[in-house]
Amino acid sequence: MVQIKMHLLVCGGTGCRASESARLVEQLNHHLQLNGLAEEVKVVTTGCFGFCEKGPIVKVIPDNTFYTQVTPEDAEEIVKEHVLKGRKVGRLLYEDPETLEHVSDSKHMEFYQKQVRIALRNCGFIDPENIDEYIVRDGYAALGQVLASDPKETIELIKKSGLRGRGGAGFPTGLKWEIAAGNKADQKYVVCNADEGDPGAFMDRSILEGDPNSIIEAMAICGYCIGATKGLVYIRAEYPLAIRRLEIAIRQAREYGLLGKDILGSGFDFDIELRLGAGAFVCGEETALIHSMEGFRGEPTIKPPFPAQSGYLGKPTNVNNVETFANIPPIILKGWEWFNSIGSEKSKGTKVFALAGKINNVGLIEVPMGTTLREVIFEIGGGIKDGKRFKAVQTGGPSGGCLTEKHLDTPIDYEHLTAAGSMMGSGGMIVMDEDDCMVSVAKFYLEFTVEESCGKCSPCRVGNKRMHETLEKICQGKGTMEDLEYLENLGKVIKDTALCGLGQTSPNPVLSTMNYFRDEYIAHVVDKKCPSGQCKALKSYVIDPAKCIGCTLCSRSCPTNAIIGDKKVPHVIDQSKCIKCGACYEKCKFGAIQIR
Amino acid sequence: MKIELKDSQLRQIKDICDSFNNDPGELITILHRTQSVFGYLPEEVQRAVAHNLGIPVTRVYGVVSFYSFFTMTPKGKYPISLCLGTACYVRGAEDVLDEFKKQLGIEVGGVTPDGKFSLDCLRCVGACGLAPVVMVGEKVYGRLSPSMVKEVLAEYE
Amino acid sequence: MDNKIKLTIDNKPVEVTKGTTVWQAARQVGINIPALCYMNLENLGVENRPGACRICVVEVEGRRNLAPSCSTDCTEGMVVKTNTPRVLNARKTVMELILSDHPQDCLVCPSNGKCELQDLAATLGIREIRKVDNAAVSTYRKDYSYSLKRDMDKCILCRRCESMCNDVQSVGALGAINRGFTSIVAPAFEQNLSDSPCVFCGQCVAVCPTGALTRTDDTGRVFKALADPTKTVVVQAAPAVRAALGEEFGLTPGTSVTGKMAAALRRLGFDKVFDTDFAADLTIMEEGTELLGRIGAFLNGDTSVKLPLLTSCCPAWINFFEQNYPDMLDQPSTAKSPQQMFGAVAKNYLANKMGVKREDLVVVSVMPCIAKKYECTRKEFSKDGNPDVDISISTVELASMIKMANIDFVSLPDEDFDQPLGESTGAGVIFGATGGVMEAAVRTAYEVFTGKTLERLDFKELRGFEGIRTASVDFNGTTVNVCIAHQLGNARKVMDGIRKGELNFHAVEVMACPGGCIGGAGQPYHKGDSSLLKARAQSLYREDANKPLRKSHENPYIVKLYEEFLGQPMSELAHHLLHTHYFDKHHKI
Repeated sequence: MVQIKMHLLVCGGTGCRASESARLVEQLNHHLQLNGLAEEVKVVTTGCFGFCEKGPIVKVIPDNTFYTQVTPEDAEEIVKEHVLKGRKVGRLLYEDPETLEHVSDSKHMEFYQKQVRIALRNCGFIDPENIDEYIVRDGYAALGQVLASDPKETIELIKKSGLRGRGGAGFPTGLKWEIAAGNKADQKYVVCNADEGDPGAFMDRSILEGDPNSIIEAMAICGYCIGATKGLVYIRAEYPLAIRRLEIAIRQAREYGLLGKDILGSGFDFDIELRLGAGAFVCGEETALIHSMEGFRGEPTIKPPFPAQSGYLGKPTNVNNVETFANIPPIILKGWEWFNSIGSEKSKGTKVFALAGKINNVGLIEVPMGTTLREVIFEIGGGIKDGKRFKAVQTGGPSGGCLTEKHLDTPIDYEHLTAAGSMMGSGGMIVMDEDDCMVSVAKFYLEFTVEESCGKCSPCRVGNKRMHETLEKICQGKGTMEDLEYLENLGKVIKDTALCGLGQTSPNPVLSTMNYFRDEYIAHVVDKKCPSGQCKALKSYVIDPAKCIGCTLCSRSCPTNAIIGDKKVPHVIDQSKCIKCGACYEKCKFGAIQIR
Repeated sequence: MKIELKDSQLRQIKDICDSFNNDPGELITILHRTQSVFGYLPEEVQRAVAHNLGIPVTRVYGVVSFYSFFTMTPKGKYPISLCLGTACYVRGAEDVLDEFKKQLGIEVGGVTPDGKFSLDCLRCVGACGLAPVVMVGEKVYGRLSPSMVKEVLAEYE
Repeated sequence: MDNKIKLTIDNKPVEVTKGTTVWQAARQVGINIPALCYMNLENLGVENRPGACRICVVEVEGRRNLAPSCSTDCTEGMVVKTNTPRVLNARKTVMELILSDHPQDCLVCPSNGKCELQDLAATLGIREIRKVDNAAVSTYRKDYSYSLKRDMDKCILCRRCESMCNDVQSVGALGAINRGFTSIVAPAFEQNLSDSPCVFCGQCVAVCPTGALTRTDDTGRVFKALADPTKTVVVQAAPAVRAALGEEFGLTPGTSVTGKMAAALRRLGFDKVFDTDFAADLTIMEEGTELLGRIGAFLNGDTSVKLPLLTSCCPAWINFFEQNYPDMLDQPSTAKSPQQMFGAVAKNYLANKMGVKREDLVVVSVMPCIAKKYECTRKEFSKDGNPDVDISISTVELASMIKMANIDFVSLPDEDFDQPLGESTGAGVIFGATGGVMEAAVRTAYEVFTGKTLERLDFKELRGFEGIRTASVDFNGTTVNVCIAHQLGNARKVMDGIRKGELNFHAVEVMACPGGCIGGAGQPYHKGDSSLLKARAQSLYREDANKPLRKSHENPYIVKLYEEFLGQPMSELAHHLLHTHYFDKHHKI
């Protein structure tokens, strides 16, 4: 048997695939073949490395060399230089944005140094389409251990670990299992909520794409603990790759006897089916999710009854999110004390975040609870793009809020984020800089909620629409101080009265920005100005006569003929005709056109 | 617009429903399958599904009109989907969208008169590192700016 | 086990049984928490509790947000506040939101004065509806049919109609469509109700708290006919009307106003005031004979005979039947409904007797029902384009006509109906309540079959509000098994059982509406109070008990009608005028 000397791990996540990582794999294999190395060097398509900003990523094992933004055309050089001659391809190495030096391997990248990977432990290390690679890394060992013990012990262990739901609300997972276990029924269900819908969040997708077996194993463990023999994964139809990898993993697990009848000879039966979502954010709410799985409109219903009492098809159902499940096997293998020792006082373990927006290192990260926002944004995230000033960070997606500079030292956990007026949410983290208008950002989230509201309860259906219209009015420069009062009252009432979690949290982006960026709202309303210049209606372009030389370039580019003036004489913009398209601003070579 | 389904098409729908034991609980999966066959879910198709499952057509329509993934109008030959997730939004996706609208002369949800392009927005595709992102068919274009829109469209001329 | 829970609501101690909601518990101590979407017709299995309107919210100590009282169960030691500033502000704000997407045309709305939304706006003291200038307002195409009108601009998404149409009636014409601000309850593809599987039972109208679903208003057509000197206008009033009409004039529910109603109709200018009860007696003669014929044939070993016989009085049920059970078209009685029997007799017998040409005789019916409006337009019920029944108005429309005509209803004297089509027996009266047709049929069929006189006329086992009731009646040694179902969902259960051969009866009575015709969509709004329906039923049974004649075959004018005109039940002429046939309408579903 030929010994494999080297592994080339190529990221096959959705982001990197969009940048042709699949063709890169082909090319690498092609060049290995040409050089007779196909036997000893193995190219592995893995799940997400997390460093999406610089994708596609190629990682070389054993030396941990971390190549970024690799194109299919680079394959030849990697093979000829690195694989054959042991010389790293310098130009593809990650360049530290501060020192501007090339970093030879991932162990020395600040991006990874602060991270603790539990849920993402296998992402980027194994081939997600090969169950053997999962098994080699202790896969299904936890299931074997659990099946040999009393389910109550496992539930106790999960309770003691302090694991809380990673979908957003943070309900203690062990307690949830205990309740479901306590309800007697002829049939129970385990449901994995993979309807990740927060715009700008892709944690669950990355786990499913990178380590689908961890979810299967955890669901089987859960099934054994609560007495369920059927598992369902409710997954977004927009995630074709995750769906495919899950299907492969389920098939392989069945072949290995890790799903199906009499698993590992324990007498325990468990199998998993997929249910596809169809594009409705509200289906992340567990009652809506269950109705959707039953073939109905995804409208939430009042609780009680809770799914643990009466869920899918009226049977006791335990719903957990992907990341929650991904934490289960390590907790069982390493013990509750280990997990409990990570994190902050009431929030144990780690949290995965999808870091995006105006930040240098867009990507997927996993940090211990209690890590500060500053560490995440400036150390792991590499700070703000293009040297701009940090303005706000949005956590919790449409349910969360915007936090400011003064919150940068807030430890990230359920309690602190809620106290600061945002929430943990499922893990989206969007960074904004000085160019972002906070009123517009609030409006953006509201627009999302309005679109995704199921329409069942009146506060959410009508209230969010009215809030959005009010924000629109403010961005148009037609707002009044009364509108701000109206917004605040509406926001409070919607939180107080809406039927489900979506509605109850939907005013958060507005209320938190009104709280922390009130000046900006007042500027829009009283001064009719948008300080960041993002609101078109509040923007005006004027020509500085001192700088204008009358070259006519601007007037010729103006689509509405709003710029008047003779050659070689300073021009003037007719504000009544100007549509604020910015064409003149782009054209002017003398910096004479200013935005006010 | 009324269409008439051919017998073979009706049989296709029946086969899909049969493969799920005509269980109304599988309605959404059945609609996914049906849409992948027909490209969209016109009234007649929904009626046929309702008929096979033995449920009121109102329920089918209620589901189709609830979920954004289902559509009752045919898409263009090259369906353009622009990501309006937060990451794309803060990196200027709206301006890109405006440019697509301008270039194509259609609104979101519309199809060009020649049936070539249709324009839709979707939530996060998870390629936030490439924001703003647009998909034309299966192909993903990242780090778009309004000035690149013309080039992208030109690839399909 | 102790099943009691103690809690306080607005500082008042309350003790309730487990499973009681906060809303119900509050009622027990005189605290009426307002609600919009919640509706519970107790004992009828009709409940709408989506928790959607959020008007009934209350403060519960220790709870982060407000709780919807309609769907929050009481727990031990719970401390509830229903009227704190926080609650009142929330309730008012939510109400303003609902109103911000609702037309403000109350003055000209058909539900003006009977609208729960309007009442609630008054209760909550809404004086302005804050919203921004660019606020979107939902607008939908109006949908008119013979029976009802849909104006979805006025819909507040309480979903009561959807519950009625699906959970209770199992018709499935209406359902929630779209999402978010554009979500609405509508037929598939937002088509017209007439193109949907709608059977026009009107139970959606009967529960709509606003003016979104209303009855088609035909009072104008009646006034016009009354004012036309070339027309002779006669009227028939159905049994259930007299049990509810008084409610529109502030009389206690269950007050029978038969005499006042006849007086009012006369003052409105009808040339003759007749009684549908007469036609009900006639129905019993025909349907009863048909039943006995089928049972007789069956006992004689005829295996082709179709049993059970299904009643055919209810037009919504007939529509439902034609759509869902086209394979059983020869199962229902071929007897026309009382409304149509009356029409046929009026146009073919009365017109001659009165010396009026068919075209110049206008037959108006007053019905507790709006499906009757559709029924009288069915082609088989007209001759050369002239319908047997020209116009059908509902109880509520009659009340409105009486008010418009400045008639002080309450102080009217009791008057009698005109003859010959105004005489009725108690059997005709009880047609208005579920089980009534069966009881009336049994009274006559028994005596005709056995040749004996019934000792007791009250068949209590056939009465009541249970959705499906069965009974066996001893016809002097022959057991006749009957079944009674009201609400179409229950009818479906019975019919599916019959179709599968699991259920065997000789006769089945079906009424589409809760409690029978007394709960029809043409009746005054019950506002979710089922005790009102019970009072109406009681009123009919009282009237029956007080009648000198209580068996249809004893009605002297019925006897005379057969002698003078029809010959005998099921005669060729009777068959021609009083019987009908059914159509396969499976394509509508």
